[in-house]
Formats: sequence, structure tokens, C-alpha cells
Amino acid sequence: MTHERPDGPPIGEDDLQAYVDGRLPASRREAVDAYLAVYPAAAAQVALEAEQRNLLRARLSFKAQEPIPARLRVANIMADQSREPRLPSRAIAAALAWLVIGIGTGAAGMAWYERLAPLGPAATADHATSDAITAYRTYVGERLHPVEVAADQEAHLTQWLSRRLGKPLLAPNLTAQGYQLMGGRLLPAGSEPAAMFMYDDGKGNRLTVYARSGGSGEATSFRFEVQEGVSAFSWIDKGLSYVVTGRIDRDRLLSVAEAAYRQFDALPQTPAGGKL
Amino acid sequence: MNEIAALLEPQIPGLRRYAWALVRDDEAADDLVQDTLERAIAHWAQRRQDADLRAWLFAIQRNLFISELRRRKRRGSQVDPEILDGVPAPDPRPDEAAGLRDILAGLDALPEEQRSVLLLVGVEDLSYEQAARVLGLPIGTVMSRLSRAREKMRRFMDGGRGAVLRRIK
Repeated sequence: MTHERPDGPPIGEDDLQAYVDGRLPASRREAVDAYLAVYPAAAAQVALEAEQRNLLRARLSFKAQEPIPARLRVANIMADQSREPRLPSRAIAAALAWLVIGIGTGAAGMAWYERLAPLGPAATADHATSDAITAYRTYVGERLHPVEVAADQEAHLTQWLSRRLGKPLLAPNLTAQGYQLMGGRLLPAGSEPAAMFMYDDGKGNRLTVYARSGGSGEATSFRFEVQEGVSAFSWIDKGLSYVVTGRIDRDRLLSVAEAAYRQFDALPQTPAGGKL
Repeated sequence: MNEIAALLEPQIPGLRRYAWALVRDDEAADDLVQDTLERAIAHWAQRRQDADLRAWLFAIQRNLFISELRRRKRRGSQVDPEILDGVPAPDPRPDEAAGLRDILAGLDALPEEQRSVLLLVGVEDLSYEQAARVLGLPIGTVMSRLSRAREKMRRFMDGGRGAVLRRIK
């Protein structure tokens, strides 16, 4: 559907569509007008398409003119969200590419997905979550020795815990989320060791990042769980099971979990020096 | 908080119109919009600051709609719109014969991809770039899809009468 013209690129279907939509620059529009003057069949089609475009707009315009229902008011939606998450009627799975553009991982989208449709519960992650919450309860309230190795020895701490878990680890930097590393400790987890990092926001609110072997489990999406006021996001990635735990609301904990996920995910799998 | 409302609420009428055109049911359409807004609010912090808000919202909504469509299809409760492609248009009713065929019936005759591009560009006035982002397609594909959608709409509105003629054009 092109037409050779000496004074510009040939007319294409994109030109004709942009003509119908009134989106052509004036110079190009003149070229299309000249083309249509020569080809009445094309001119008739374009005219019909423009007419149908207008018909469709007119037919649908009523919906955009209706007053917005109260339940769609942003303030009302936000108020609802700060309570327990609504269980939406529609399960909404994939196609979240857009949502995660900003954070570069699938974590946020997956978290949402899990909230809607808790599928394929990884037993490993379940156990890890319970253990992590227990550890959180045990150590977060500890005044004298909340951590075994303090943040001033962070390099030693991560090296030590990485060696014990047999996987490269780091203490995620959560400064952007308002939390400073206090330190960490080694914990028993069945027959295996687990690592726990503890953070503080300077106002006495603490949260923990827990990691241990994820078994042979496949990578999973985020899972959210609340046990008696303690919230946890857990996931499995690259053979480790992670749990982020705190007494904060879901959205804030999610941003912490996403930050941790990103940093763990970026960790090279072959540790420098191969000292594991 | 107020900033979010100030940015989101002007988009709601368009989102409602697009949702209604897709699902053709008042309640279900607003459910879809509500899900869209909830998701947008929950992920507000992760929204890229320079990203196009309008395209982002329509992309969320369309993705939600597609997922729902797929889910129903798996359950077998939804006829694949593509299947309708080969079905000849029914005999025109008297009002249709008089040229009054509802434009929405023409919309329904299109596969979802074509329906969406027609709605996003032709009704919601998204730019071709925005539509390409919403649909996750290169802009050239958007243009040819738009062209095919309008061609199909033309043929449908012609009542199937012209379909044979046009095939040999």
C-alpha cells in the first residue's frame, strides 16, 4: 500500500492510520491528501475509518462522563489497603513486566501475585518462615546480646556466615528504607546452619533478614505471612531460602524485602577468592 | 498521599471507559479499574519517576484484563475471540441493513489485541508510542495492528457483504 512520490517517502499504512487519527504533521498530511486525491478507493476507506473512529468515541463517551463511583476514589482505596489486603475477585497472574520496570526484578509483581493466588506453597519456605519468626521473637527483644557479631565487623560477619552456609551472603544495605545494620548471628536450623542479620531504625524498631539453605527448591516468588503481629516476606532464590521479618506494615516490609532481594540477586555466585 | 490522588484521579474516567469497552459490564468494569488502582497505589514507589503515568496505568489494566481472560479460557468458560474470526457475520437485522449496526458489535468482532489498540489510540487518545508501551509491542507492529483492526471493522460494519469483494482486491 505504498505509492511512489518524487517529493517524499512513499505513503504507507502508518501514514494513513495517522491521517485517520489526525496525528500527521502538516507537510505529511499534504502528501497523503495528494495521494488520496489520486486513489479514490483509498480515500473512501480512510473516510470510513475516520467516521467509525468517531462513532466509537461517541458510543463510549458516556462512560467517561459518569461521576466516579466512591469505591474508586483513591483516598478510599488507600484506606482499604492500610487494613488487611482485600482479596480481589480476579486472580491476576502474569504480565507484570511493566510493574517491575522500576525495580529491575520480578519481585514486586510476584509478591502481588502471591497475595492473590497463593500457589505451590514451598514447604521449605514455610519452615524457614516459622523459624525466622521464632528467631525474630527471640532476638529482637534481646537487650544485651541481640547480635553475635556487630556491624562494625561487617566484612568478617558476612564472610563467616557465607562460609557456614556454603553460599555467598551479604548483609543487605537497607539505609534507603531507614534501617541500619546492627550485626548478625549464626542459628541452628534443623541439621543446617542459618544466618540472621538484624537492623534497627534508630527508634527501637528492628527487623531481621534470615537466610538458610533452600534445599533443592526452585526459585519462588514472594510469600507474605503474618503471625501474631509479626510480618514476614519469604522467597527462595539460587538455593537459599530468605525471610525478611518485622513488626511493620506490609508495604514497608515489602520495600525492605525487595531491596534485600535485589542485593542478594546481584551477588556473584562464585565468591571472590573462592574461600567458601 | 494527596499527590497520588491528584495524579491518579484524572486518569480514572479514561480507565473506566477502556475497562467498560473491554468487559461490557458496569460492575465488572469498575472491578477491573479498582484492581488497577490498587495495584498502582501498592507499587507507586516502584514506578519509575520519568515513566509515563498514563501508559503505565493502562498497561496495568490491560495486563489484568488479559490475565483474567487467560484464566477463564483455561477454565473453558470463554470462547477464544480468535475463533470468531472465521465465523461469517449473522444475517443483518433490519436496522443493521439500514446501516445502523452498533459499532460495539464491530469492536466485539475483533481479537483482543486489535480491540485494545483501537481503543487506546482511537478512543483514549494515547500516542502511538504510549500504545506501544501499553501493548509491549514495537511501534511498527502497533501501526500495522491498528491498520488491520480498522480494516476488519470496516468489513464488519459492511455486514459481511463486502468481505468477499475485498478479499480479491
